[in-house]
Amino acid sequence: MDFQLSDDQRALQEGIRSLINGAISLEEIRTKEGADDTVEQAWWDALNDAGVFSLLVAEQDGGVGLSLADGVVVAEELARGLVPGPLLSTMALGPGLADAAGGMPIALIDQQSPNSAVPLLLEHPQTVKSIVVLPHMGDAAGQCRRLDPSTLTLSMVDEPLDPLTPLAVVQGTLPEGEAIDGLDAVGLRQRSLVLLGAAQVGIAEVTVELAVEYAKGREQFGRPIGSFQAVKHLLADALCRTELARSACWAAAVTLDNNDVATREADTLSCSPGEVRWRVAAGAKMLADDAALANARTAIQVYGGMGFTWEVPIHLYLKRARVLAQTLATRTQLADLLSALI
Amino acid sequence: MDLRYTEEEEAFRLEIRAWLSAVLPTLPAKPASTDWPARRAYDTHWQRTLYEAGYAGIDWPVDGGGRGSSPVEQLIFKEECEFAEAPYIGTGFVGLGHAGPTIIAEGTQAQKERYLPAILKGDEIWCQGFSEPGSGSDLASLRTKAVRDGDEYIINGSKIWTSHAEVADYCEMLVRTGDDDSRHRGISWLIVPMDTPGIEIRPLTTIGGSTEFAELFLDDVRVPVANRVGDENDGWRVTMVTLSFERGTGFVGDLLESMRILRSLTELAKRTGLWGDPSIRRRIASLTAAFDGLWALTKRNVSEAARLGVPGVGGVVFKLSYSENGQALCDLGLDLLERSGLAASSIAGADSLGDLPNAELVEAWIKGISLTIAAGTSQIQRNIVAERVLGLPKEPK
Repeated sequence: MDFQLSDDQRALQEGIRSLINGAISLEEIRTKEGADDTVEQAWWDALNDAGVFSLLVAEQDGGVGLSLADGVVVAEELARGLVPGPLLSTMALGPGLADAAGGMPIALIDQQSPNSAVPLLLEHPQTVKSIVVLPHMGDAAGQCRRLDPSTLTLSMVDEPLDPLTPLAVVQGTLPEGEAIDGLDAVGLRQRSLVLLGAAQVGIAEVTVELAVEYAKGREQFGRPIGSFQAVKHLLADALCRTELARSACWAAAVTLDNNDVATREADTLSCSPGEVRWRVAAGAKMLADDAALANARTAIQVYGGMGFTWEVPIHLYLKRARVLAQTLATRTQLADLLSALI
Repeated sequence: MDLRYTEEEEAFRLEIRAWLSAVLPTLPAKPASTDWPARRAYDTHWQRTLYEAGYAGIDWPVDGGGRGSSPVEQLIFKEECEFAEAPYIGTGFVGLGHAGPTIIAEGTQAQKERYLPAILKGDEIWCQGFSEPGSGSDLASLRTKAVRDGDEYIINGSKIWTSHAEVADYCEMLVRTGDDDSRHRGISWLIVPMDTPGIEIRPLTTIGGSTEFAELFLDDVRVPVANRVGDENDGWRVTMVTLSFERGTGFVGDLLESMRILRSLTELAKRTGLWGDPSIRRRIASLTAAFDGLWALTKRNVSEAARLGVPGVGGVVFKLSYSENGQALCDLGLDLLERSGLAASSIAGADSLGDLPNAELVEAWIKGISLTIAAGTSQIQRNIVAERVLGLPKEPK
C-alpha cells in the first residue's frame, strides 16, 4: 500500500498544470464568457496531443494506457484551470469508443426516467460532435446509445448559469440512436462519477488557495484578515473538506481500477465487490460535490464584497461546481443510490 | 496510488484473524463500566495476552521491546481487532500510547529497563498529568512547580483530566522547573509514582456520570531526580518527540467502530420503520460517504507516515472531520431511538430493537460530545490547520 501520488502521477500533475497555465490561461478562457461556443480548437488540440482523451485507453488499443487513478489527477487539474468543454465525458468514453479516444468531443447525457418533467439540457452543444446516452440508472440491462447531434432539435439557453458552459434545451423526445456494443454502461457511469468528483476536488482546492492568498494580503484593523480565527477556521474547514473528498476520489479510482482492492474493501465494508464499486463512486462524488460548492462559497465569503464581483473569478468556479454537481447524479440521487446499497 | 496489500501483509491479516478467533472466547466477561479496579484487571489481562502472543507494542520499535511493525501492519492489526470486537486498549492507553514511547525516545537505559517491560506485559498502568485547571489548550502556561532539593524534586500544584488516576501506578507529569514565565522553555517531564505521599485524587464526574477523569492535587510530592526523562527544562521537546511515533493509525479502531455502529443504526432504522423516511436514509447515506472517505484518508495518512517516517499533517484533518461526523452519527442514533433515547439505562422494548441497546446509544451520544474537545479542541485543531497547513499568519499575541 502506498496511497499517495506516485512519482509518475506527480509528473503527470505537473505536466498538465504547466500545459494549462501555458496554453489555456484563465485570462484567455475568460474572453469566452457568455459565448455560444467557449472551447477554442487550439485548447482542445493541446489536450488531445497531451493524451488526455486517450489517457484511459489501453496501450494495445493505441491509448496512453494509464489508470483511472491517473485520470483523477488529470481531472483535478482541468478543473483547477477552469478549462471549458466536454472534457470529462470524452475522457470517460475513451475506453470503449475509438472516436473519443481520438479526440472527438463527445457529450454524455443521462437517459431520464420516462416520467421526468425536467427538460433535457445538452452542454457545449456547438462543440460536441457526438452524443452518448447512458441508460437510466434504474435500467440495469440498458445499453448505451449513440446519437448524432444534428438529429436533435436544440434551442440555446440565453443565460447559462456558468458563462463558460453553454447549454441547449433538447426539444421533444430523444431519438433512438444506435446501440453501442461493448461499452459497459455501469463502468462508464462509475468512472464518470469519479472523474466528476475529481474535478470538484480541483475546484475545492483552487478556491481555497485563492482565498488563502487573499486573506494573507488583505489587511483590516491593521492586520491581515487571515490572522483572525473567524477567517482561519472557515478556511481550515474548507481544507478538511478538500482532503476528505480527495481521499474518497482517489480510493474510488483505485477501487474501480483493481479487482483485488474491491474484493478487500468488500470485506471491510460488509458488502459485495460490485456494491463496493457503486458505493465508492457515489460516495466520492457526494463528498466532492459538497466540498466544491462549500469551498467556493467560503472563498467568496473570505473575499467579502470583492468576491461578489464578476471580476474576481471565484464565482466561475462556484458556477462550474454547480454544473458538475448536477451532472449524472445530484446529491439527492447519490444519497438514494448509496442508501439502496446499505 | 496503491491500495493493495502484499502477500506477507495478507498472511499477517490471516494470522491475526485466526489468533483473535481462538483467544477472544477465552476472555473473562467485561466488567461494569463504573468498576475501575475491575476494568484495570480486564485491560491488563488482555495486554498480558497480547504480550504472550508477541503482539504487545505492535507500534513500538524493536529496541523498545515492541514488535516494530510497519504502519500498514499496524493498520491491519487494528482493523482485525476491531472486526473481532477485541478489547480496547482502555486503561493501558497512556502507558502504551504515550509514556512508553516517550521513554523509548528520551529515557535512560535504566529507565527503559525499569518501565518498558512492565507496560508491555500489562503489569503497570500509567496516567497523564499534563493539563491543569489554568492550562488547557495553552499547555505551555502550566504552573505545577517542581523545586530541586538534593536528589529530589518537590512538586506542588494540581493537574486535571487525569484519566484512570485511581488505578494508575505511575503518572507522566509535566512540571515547571524554570521561571514562572519560562513557558515551554521551563518544563520538565517526570515519572511520578502514584503512591507517593502528598498526591490526592479527586474524581470528576462527566456529564455521562462516569468518573474516568480525576483532578490531582500535589502537596510537597517528593520524586527522585532520577525520574526525570530528558534534560531539566527540556520536557516540552520530550513531549513533542513522542508525537512523532503516531503513524496515522491512532483512530482506526474508533473509525471502524463508527462504521459498525452506522450499520447497526441502518438495521435499527429498518426495523423501526424510520428507514421509510427519505431524510433518515439520506443522513445515513451521507455518513456512509463520510466514513468511507475517512477510511480512505486514514490510508493516505498511513502511507504518508510510512514514506516519511514521521506523521504528516493529515492527522489533524482526520481528527477534525472524524469528530464532527462522529457526533452526527451519535445524533442519528438518538433520533432513531425517538422517546427511548431519553433513557440512559436499558428499557424494555428499546433494548432489543437493534443489536445496540438504547443505553449504549445514549452513552455514545453523551461521550460523542467530547469528541470535539478531547485531545485538542476542534478550535485549536483549526488553528493548526490554518497556520501550519495553509500558512495563514499567526494571531497577534
